Amino acid sequence: MPRVQFEDIIKTYGRVTVLKNLDLEIDDGEFLVLLGPSGCGKTTLLNLLAGLLDVTAGRITIGERDVTDLDPKDRGLAMVFQSYALYPTKTVRGNLKFGLASQKIDGAEVDRRIAWAARMLQIEPLLDRKPAQLSGGQRQRVAIGRALVKKVGLFLFDEPLSNLDAKLRTEMRLEIKKLHDELKSTIVYVTHDQIEAMTMATKIAVMDGGVIQQFGTPDEIYSRPRNLFVAGFIGSPAMNLRAGKITNGGGTVTAALDGVTLDLGRYGFASQPADGQPIVVGLRPEHFGAPGQALADAAGTFSLPVQYTEKTGGDATGYLKFGDGLIAARIDPEQIGRFRQGDTVDVSFPQGKVHVFDAVSGARL
Amino acid sequence: MSVADVSLRRAGEVPVERAPRFPRKPKGISGRSIAIIVFLTICAAFFCVPLYIIITTSFKTMEQVREGAIFSLPAPFTLDAWWSAWDTACSGIRCDGLKVGFWNSMAILFPSLILSIALSSVTGYALALWNVRWANTFLFVLFICAFVPFQIIMIPLIILSSGLKVYGTIWGIAIVHAVLAMPFLTLVFRNYYKGIPQEIMSAAMMDSGSFWRVFVEIILPMSGNILIVVLILQITSIWNDFLLGLTFGGLGTQPMSVVLANVVITTTGEAAYNENMAAALLTAIPPLFIYFVLGKFFVQGITAGAIKG
Ligand SMILES: Nc1ncnc2c1ncn2[C@@H]1O[C@H](COP(=O)(O)OP(=O)(O)O)[C@@H](O)[C@H]1O
Ligand SMILES: [Mg+2]
Repeated sequence: MPRVQFEDIIKTYGRVTVLKNLDLEIDDGEFLVLLGPSGCGKTTLLNLLAGLLDVTAGRITIGERDVTDLDPKDRGLAMVFQSYALYPTKTVRGNLKFGLASQKIDGAEVDRRIAWAARMLQIEPLLDRKPAQLSGGQRQRVAIGRALVKKVGLFLFDEPLSNLDAKLRTEMRLEIKKLHDELKSTIVYVTHDQIEAMTMATKIAVMDGGVIQQFGTPDEIYSRPRNLFVAGFIGSPAMNLRAGKITNGGGTVTAALDGVTLDLGRYGFASQPADGQPIVVGLRPEHFGAPGQALADAAGTFSLPVQYTEKTGGDATGYLKFGDGLIAARIDPEQIGRFRQGDTVDVSFPQGKVHVFDAVSGARL
Repeated sequence: MSVADVSLRRAGEVPVERAPRFPRKPKGISGRSIAIIVFLTICAAFFCVPLYIIITTSFKTMEQVREGAIFSLPAPFTLDAWWSAWDTACSGIRCDGLKVGFWNSMAILFPSLILSIALSSVTGYALALWNVRWANTFLFVLFICAFVPFQIIMIPLIILSSGLKVYGTIWGIAIVHAVLAMPFLTLVFRNYYKGIPQEIMSAAMMDSGSFWRVFVEIILPMSGNILIVVLILQITSIWNDFLLGLTFGGLGTQPMSVVLANVVITTTGEAAYNENMAAALLTAIPPLFIYFVLGKFFVQGITAGAIKG
């Protein structure tokens, strides 16, 4: 089965460059999620792989095959589109059947595959309906079915869940994940939704501005963001990012930000930072200690007035005034009711969870 | 909530439980709508009065026509004028009625319909959904062609068609009709197909990738509305055409409109008004019939974004 490789891909529309010298390798059986904000070139990259767009320069290989100049139908892959793109005049069965239009297989095998895909996706009772008679979730299943019948090793999904409501989205997320486990195929999945990416992916490629910002497992991306973009993009509520300065002297490294000193003595710097180097410190809201409780390994403690609080059922966030901005800190929802606007809260932050970035290049230090 | 209520809900309905507390009064007829009704009545009369005269006259005998009371109802009522218009009316020296022209028009209509719609739909499909080299230049040329009046290219076309040995034949007229309609119809089809979602075409490229298979299996079945619109436009314009039939039709191959004109012009003795009226109505029946049968779809087709841009 295929290993997908993009080598030095460039894509331009007229004079606008959308993808710049992009390299990416996807291993066999991987569930790769291309994650990034709208307009960063995810769909373009996926369409290049599908063959729906031509690269301006570069090479795409699937397995040992150079597919850069092949027609979409000859690339041995299947795609599920954001709008489902079902053929409106065909029945569900007709849609699945047309999915096999380019394959030379006999009628009995076609029927067998349709039955198999329909059973797998539980759309058997819908086979004789037209797409207009289906709900959004059912259409989504049919669209996946049309890809499944092809029995290829590589599936492409372009934001397949973004037209569904929240509950269905959660269901379909699990189901696509299950399909991946059962079929053991390679999946390239485009989304701008980090929850989808974190829950489904075995690897994530975070994209911005036509460049892959970081490529790694969901855990790596979450716990060791390579630069400021990834740090700010992954996590909800977003990571607190604060400008500060390094103080490096007398054998201890600390960061000074707006009157608070953070001990970075145990931070794994790639190279020793210079004294006075401008930095950006990243603190995830969910890593703050409980209010009033001093952590043993605290890097520093913030004593800040509450600006406002936010509860989302099982979770709660306090927004604390810090300098001329706000810092978000996760607070136990049982406790958050105690805090009024203006109350001062003491929260400390553990050493091991601090992220430090170079203020100029944005790269992780 | 009862079981019945639940099933209603599912169908998207909410059961009514009591009368509304603040019912709204139905609006009365305003001065403005009276003005509109008067205006529309005058407009309708503008078309209806001549139509009334044509229809009543066609059912009258020549004796009654000679009396000169054009608004009177036919007495006695007779279909003689219709029969003679169809069967024996003289156009020039031949007295075979309109039926020759009717069958000629039919023989012109079908080949040119099939030819023009087949060619222009495939061309429109290619221009809209496939990467055709020079597509924009080609479109521009088509656009220009669609606005060249027939009169300008009439003489060259006659020379061309006599060179091809089709001048004066039914086929000649049919082909010229098809060719002249091509630019406009291609633009119509192209615009319609541009409205087909990009992702459907992408899916078709991944599933099949075959130009003809995608056209026949996916695109053509989605073209119902626009086909109806084009069909009506073409049938009416071919059937009602006079100039092309007159210049390209030979003796015995003229379409119904030309025969009608000849019948009206050819008078021996007094003008047979009843026969002329019947002949005119006979000629108008086929397009009217098409409007009545397909008219509903025509409106649907237009509102579905068929004729736009
Ligand atoms: N056909 C096109 N012509 C010009 N620019 C385009 C075209 N398609 C996409 N783009 C541009 O390329 C960029 C990336 O688009 P896309 O891959 O669709 O983004 P994403 O899927 O990540 O939201 C966008 O800035 C978009 O404006
Ligand atoms: Mg996209």
